Amino acid sequence: MAFDTSKRSSYFLITPMAAIFAIFLVIPLLTIVIVSFWDYDEYRILPDFILDNYSYLLGSSVTWKIYLNTLKYAALTWVFTLSIGFTVAYFLAFHVRSLTWQIVLFMLCTIPFWTSNIIRMISWIPFLGRNGLLNSALLNLGIVDQPLEFLLFSDFAVVLADVHLYTLFMVVPIFNSMMRIDRSLIEAARDAGASGFETLRSVIVPLSKPGIAIGSIFVITVVMGDFITVRLMSGGQSASVGLQISNEIGLLQYPAAAASAVVLLITVLLIVVGLLRLVDIRKEL
Amino acid sequence: MAKTRERRPTSFYFLAAFFTLFVLFLYGPMLTIFILSFQGENGGLTFPMNGFSFHWFGNLFERQAVGDFGGSFTRSLKLGLIVMIVTVVVSFMAGLAFRRRFRGDSIIFYLAIASLIVPSILISLGIGLLFNIVEWQPQWFTSALGAHLTWTFPFGLLIMFAVFNRFDPSYEEAARDLGASNWQTIQYVVLPMVGPSLIGVAMFSFTLSYDEFARTLMTAGSLNTLPLEIYGMTTNVTTPVLYALGTVTTGFSFLVIGIALGSVLLMRRRKGQKA
Repeated sequence: MAFDTSKRSSYFLITPMAAIFAIFLVIPLLTIVIVSFWDYDEYRILPDFILDNYSYLLGSSVTWKIYLNTLKYAALTWVFTLSIGFTVAYFLAFHVRSLTWQIVLFMLCTIPFWTSNIIRMISWIPFLGRNGLLNSALLNLGIVDQPLEFLLFSDFAVVLADVHLYTLFMVVPIFNSMMRIDRSLIEAARDAGASGFETLRSVIVPLSKPGIAIGSIFVITVVMGDFITVRLMSGGQSASVGLQISNEIGLLQYPAAAASAVVLLITVLLIVVGLLRLVDIRKEL
Repeated sequence: MAKTRERRPTSFYFLAAFFTLFVLFLYGPMLTIFILSFQGENGGLTFPMNGFSFHWFGNLFERQAVGDFGGSFTRSLKLGLIVMIVTVVVSFMAGLAFRRRFRGDSIIFYLAIASLIVPSILISLGIGLLFNIVEWQPQWFTSALGAHLTWTFPFGLLIMFAVFNRFDPSYEEAARDLGASNWQTIQYVVLPMVGPSLIGVAMFSFTLSYDEFARTLMTAGSLNTLPLEIYGMTTNVTTPVLYALGTVTTGFSFLVIGIALGSVLLMRRRKGQKA
């Protein structure tokens, strides 16, 4: 090892990061777990040990509906971001031939990611609204007789915005996996008589799996915990788990929010553990 | 790369068309609000354009009209810069630490991954509750700063992993053989080599913080950051001033990207000249 070999320097170097994670990640999550057993009234939260928050949450049919709805958003967003993201990454990695162009087109895809999510959601309003561009175009072309109402403030709008916001999370890791595929494997497949599609199916897709898994983890966890997209794009007509938590926070029902948060966290972790069985993230860096 | 250019297969053209549509999908909506932010004084939230004016941009800077745009922008800018500096320094240190195994390294690694996948609103809620219970006043430069760091550190650390996995330690060995101290080795050998990646970390952390909403929600205290202000506006502002705000903040993000890319190119060129 080139560096100072004393282990103390490693501990010194990692301390700031460890401290921030301890104070702003571990302790807050423990706080949530503790508070989820507390009681509350209109004004304050009261230290206690009760299971009411959980029994109320899990006993309510609304909760199950909300979970179903959130899972639906997550599943739809996952399907679309994966198919679009994979196609885009495949095009960039295997059909764009010069490295310069690959970088330029890749940058083109990533730039919107650096701008505000909320602004990107708002930007759909003039496009999808009742008098928006899409409706005007459809009316002018005579495809519809009256403006389509389902375009904005609907499940359609929520999923569209999610796909718009998060497809990049798929493109980046899949592109990364694809760029590491040894090109001689592709040639070998072709020499062995595989068609383009066969090569794609039996060489490229299996070798892109780590990227697909990482992208899926990102997209699914983000959508599972999301509340802004659902609130803005459904116009308050739909619910998600995140939105429910944020509403409970708004009503100062912190213990109830904490119980919802714990259940959400467990759900998300289960999904992630399931996906991690497919890939060892640390090997992919 | 094949030297002789093969004829492109038909699938190339389909995929190229798909890619073009994807780019249109990404940029189209932003383009519409950019155009609409120059809406005339009597124009509304949708097309047609009712004249052309800078009215809504002017409106943005009148304090009473749309909340405290200037104040929240300044706060977000300061917060973003603090997050950026802390993330670059701490991720770089952690990256160095992770080059060797140490006890607890996998705990830190899994904490970073956890930090990435725990829904943002939980971080917000947890920190908010913690501050509530110990009766500290949440402030943008304490609780919100911590909340943002839990979001930027994982990215910083993962980028550092990627960098150091491809880093050849023999350069450092050479420096040490020539009598360089630890600090000199870092300053003259390691830093210049990982510099462009650190700029990447800087840009990443600044923009992530500058645009962060969910983690700020319960941690910002009484003073709004820009995303909170924008969010407030979406519920009660029904004029194109919203688009003007979108155009201004997006323009600002582009400026940051431009500066970051520019400095990476500059570093590359300087390195090239030296070599």
